[in-house]
Amino acid sequence: MMQAAGPMLEIKKLSVSIHGAPILEDLNLTVRAGEVAAIMGPNGSGKSTLAYVIAGKPDYEIVSGEIWFDGEDLLELEPNERAQKGVFLAFQYPVEIPGVATMTFMKATLNARRRSRGQGDLTTPDFMRRVREASQMLKLDQEMLRRPLNVGFSGGEKKRLEILQMALLRPRLCVLDETDSGLDIDALKVVSDGVNALRDPERAFLVITHYQRLLEHIRPDVVHVMAKGRIVASGGPELALELERNGYRDYAEAAA
Amino acid sequence: MTAHVVQRSTAETTLMRQFETEKLSSSPRRADAFGRFIAGGLPTRRVESWHYTDLRAAMRDAAPLAPAPDSGAIEDARAILTDRKRMAAWRIVLVDGRLVAELCDQFPPAVSFSREEPSPVDVDDPMVALNEAMSVEAYVLKVADGARVEGLIEITHISTAKDARSVYSRVAILLGIGASASLIESYLGAGPGVQRNSLAILTLAEGARAKHVVLVEDDAELHIESRLGQLAAGAELNDFVLISGGALTRRQLFHKLIGPEAKITLGGLTLLDGKRRSDTTLQVVHAAEAGTSREYYRAIVDDEAVGTFQGKVIVENAAQKTDGAMKSQAVLLSPRAQMNAKPELEILADDVVCGHGATVGSLDPEQLFYMMTRSLDRDEAESMLLEAFGEEAIRRIEDDVLAEALRRPFWAWLARERVARVGGEGEIHWVESAS
Amino acid sequence: MAAVQGTVDRVRSIDVEAYKYGFVSPIESDVAPKGLNEDIIRFISARKEEPEWLLAWRLDAFRRWLTMGAPKWARVEYPPIDFQEIHYFSAPKTTPGPKSLDDVDPELLRTYAKLGIPLVEQEILAGVERPRVAVDAVFDSVSVATTFKAELAKVGVIFCSFSEAVRNHPDLVRRYLGTVVPATDNFYATLNSAVFSDGSFVYVPPGIRCPMELSTYFRINEKNTGQFERTLIVADKGSYVSYLEGCTAPKRDENQLHAAVVELIALEDAEIKYSTVQNWYPGDAEGKGGIYNFVTKRGDCRGARSKISWTQVETGSAITWKYPSCILRGEASRGEFYSIAISNGRQQVDSGTKMIHLGCNTRSRIISKGIAAGKSQNTYRGQVSAHRLATGARNFTNCDSLLIGHQCGAHTVPYIEAKNASAIIEHEATTSKVSEEQLFYCLQRGLSAEEATALIVNGFVRDVLQQLPMEFAVEAQKLIAISLEGSVG
Repeated sequence: MMQAAGPMLEIKKLSVSIHGAPILEDLNLTVRAGEVAAIMGPNGSGKSTLAYVIAGKPDYEIVSGEIWFDGEDLLELEPNERAQKGVFLAFQYPVEIPGVATMTFMKATLNARRRSRGQGDLTTPDFMRRVREASQMLKLDQEMLRRPLNVGFSGGEKKRLEILQMALLRPRLCVLDETDSGLDIDALKVVSDGVNALRDPERAFLVITHYQRLLEHIRPDVVHVMAKGRIVASGGPELALELERNGYRDYAEAAA
Repeated sequence: MTAHVVQRSTAETTLMRQFETEKLSSSPRRADAFGRFIAGGLPTRRVESWHYTDLRAAMRDAAPLAPAPDSGAIEDARAILTDRKRMAAWRIVLVDGRLVAELCDQFPPAVSFSREEPSPVDVDDPMVALNEAMSVEAYVLKVADGARVEGLIEITHISTAKDARSVYSRVAILLGIGASASLIESYLGAGPGVQRNSLAILTLAEGARAKHVVLVEDDAELHIESRLGQLAAGAELNDFVLISGGALTRRQLFHKLIGPEAKITLGGLTLLDGKRRSDTTLQVVHAAEAGTSREYYRAIVDDEAVGTFQGKVIVENAAQKTDGAMKSQAVLLSPRAQMNAKPELEILADDVVCGHGATVGSLDPEQLFYMMTRSLDRDEAESMLLEAFGEEAIRRIEDDVLAEALRRPFWAWLARERVARVGGEGEIHWVESAS
Repeated sequence: MAAVQGTVDRVRSIDVEAYKYGFVSPIESDVAPKGLNEDIIRFISARKEEPEWLLAWRLDAFRRWLTMGAPKWARVEYPPIDFQEIHYFSAPKTTPGPKSLDDVDPELLRTYAKLGIPLVEQEILAGVERPRVAVDAVFDSVSVATTFKAELAKVGVIFCSFSEAVRNHPDLVRRYLGTVVPATDNFYATLNSAVFSDGSFVYVPPGIRCPMELSTYFRINEKNTGQFERTLIVADKGSYVSYLEGCTAPKRDENQLHAAVVELIALEDAEIKYSTVQNWYPGDAEGKGGIYNFVTKRGDCRGARSKISWTQVETGSAITWKYPSCILRGEASRGEFYSIAISNGRQQVDSGTKMIHLGCNTRSRIISKGIAAGKSQNTYRGQVSAHRLATGARNFTNCDSLLIGHQCGAHTVPYIEAKNASAIIEHEATTSKVSEEQLFYCLQRGLSAEEATALIVNGFVRDVLQQLPMEFAVEAQKLIAISLEGSVG
């Protein structure tokens, strides 16, 4: 277990609805720097909503509650501002953007992040070097990066590309939304190695998953169980194993 | 302003005389309508919506107005009806634009048909104005609020004149709140001297649903048909036309989605041979949010025929979340066949998804080749492709009875075509009939 | 520093309100009195020492023009133009005709430097890695300098001002002038035929691949001046030429008229590629001022297997009315039209193309990308027609429109006319707004809404950008971002 630092992410009594239907209710969650926190839960428990709300997706109505990130009120910030502060969401379903080359896109995003920190733009060789290193680690064909973003990529390629972007942007908080879905075991290993390589005392991970198998590759420090829009249990890695054995049913009933 | 000396065409002069001598001008409403018509006169290519049909040039003269049907005409009409397979549960028969009660059925209580002038619809078109000025009679078909009419209602427009006659007909169809009905309108009997100007106003109240099929099968010299539709919130109109006759057909649709979440589906299959010309010009205005419009028009053009499709979808600023798609496809079968298409979008709201597509071409040689390597001769393969082409369009009506009503004239036309082209026996069908 | 890069950097630093090219050069001009009559036309012709036949041609056009009215079918609105309030001739006072760059007014050279035009040959030569571009610069109505003439002459390519061509190559000019756009073609082309003052002339002899890009930069400088240039490009059998055109004008409160005519002629197996980056002053955010860009551009694929390709990036002008077209006369000839038309503020664009298939096995391709923002109106208007003898003609058209904001309009008006059963014409069009999903994705990765929009728009127009010569593509991409500034938020 990591030395506990001050909380990086602090969610207090968060209630969220979409088109009037409540999704999250009075959710509390704390994530510390250096921590890898897993969020597990059945389908429809609000896991992806939590990820989107942290990232600032506009469709959701924040009914009440607070999200603090490094002492700042995250709910006051636009999605891009949150990203510049170091929030990264690896999407469950990465969006296709026809016509925009992946490389062009990544360079634009990296420079935007750098500028927000008062750093200058990367030179092209410097950028290319970083992409090369990261793509080797994630076993992504460089040629693929010349294609339009996510267009015609397989599910596994899209997920690896998400982690590649994460590696390039070096965020403070990495939110992984069902990154394991649609991955075969080899791809899962590659993606997990990519994530593990980024583990750092200054960085935190919120790993959202339905299955325990991802957590065999990315070992969490804490496991939170989510049901019906709230955290219903928290514990160590052993909690994930218990869920694997007994399923979510007990927790779903507890939340009801 | 300098005064222009207007050169009237023969047809325009005749129309002016008819309007005076028939004592139509005593009605201020008609006088106003005729004034709107005569201000611009018969439309020419200079009128953008008539770009491909120069009516002023095509109309050498205006035929004499058809008189009210006498007993001979009524018997002729009865004979025409007897020859046809009856499809509808309730039939309304107009002979030369006038209701002939003895040929009509008794409606159920929720449906009424009466002689009355419909409320005006604001559409700026010379032939719409001329219809208002010249129609001697007008009728309104009403389906009461909440009524769900189970059987098919047919409005049959019969012309019995053997010589040159102009026929004006004017009908409004009103569906009350939540009402639903299926309608079929047929144009029958007109010989090559008939000039027809037919107008229908379709008004669908909140949540009303109508399926509506129009068949243009006879041989009128001129068939001008205007359809003016208004759809209130949640109303749905599915309208399909099959045109297999008429020397010059102009079908013009002006539909407006005035309430949110209205849905309109317009389709058509135009079958052209000889030197026939057909022009379908439609305008769909999205004036309210979240409307859906679909337009699917197909044409098969043979010999020296000329087909025209002009479709304009207008999305007004208030009509956010509009979903519009329009497609026109034409197959040309002869080197001298022609097709014009103008699919327009005019979009003033940003949160919309609109698209259109248009294709013109011959039958796909690769498909024909493939079919021929499987032992079909070219003629069979072509027939199969043509029938499939039309059938795809007809299925859009999503109603077995109405689809069947459309197939009959389609197959008859294909058979005539086949005989004309290869001299073989007529009917071969590849599509299983629904009934 | 490479001249184009310089332009790019300067372009980057401005916004819509501060139109970059909006400076006025303090140059002494020789200006004809305002107004239009036969005497003015005689004055223009005399000043240019034109032969009698050309004066007669102009006067014929003028008399015809007097009987014509301005076209009304386009979806643009503007008050009637007072043609008597315009100067039809304005020349920088360094005449008669600069012999070399040394003779050019230094102030003018400074103006071109500001515009980023690589006018000075040495500067171009210094940029080793860049392809060389020969430039003809047209200032108000007069061509002021044409570079690389000597080198082009070695391979027989004629690239000079139109006036010079009239003097030195009268037979070529007389043979081709007005054969694609007749003097009586339309209101503005006819006006141009009467009063055109200069422009560029290109002739590429048989079998020659023009060794460098040819380029013209147009600039309107004088107040109340109309610009009426005329460009004529002839590619003889088996030749190839790529031609670039750039346009700027100072910021002025009055509207200024630009009514140009461009004629392209491609003989057997010849190919002409014509690219435009049009960035005339668009007027301010309230629609005051700006250029009326009423241009007739047409190419004639006269020979078998010839090809004409138009690429345009239209970001400027208060009103754009232009339809670069191809007449596909030669057997198996090909026409292409690639267009990006961006409108913001109160701009009005009505642009598109005509592909007229006359010969057999002719092919054409239209890719049009319209982007409407602010309170602008953006119309694609196109015609594809396959005539009786155009057996085997093929066309593919794709026109997409993107709407940014809810006060603008995007319109599509295609005319498709098939008179030959073996012709295949395919047309598709879509209109939508920038996807919320795409925007959010970009925002999540830290881009501002404006950066994200520019990025998505660049993706949207990419198919067309790829058709531009490299240097123009870079400049065009930056212009797109600038044109859209202030449209998001």
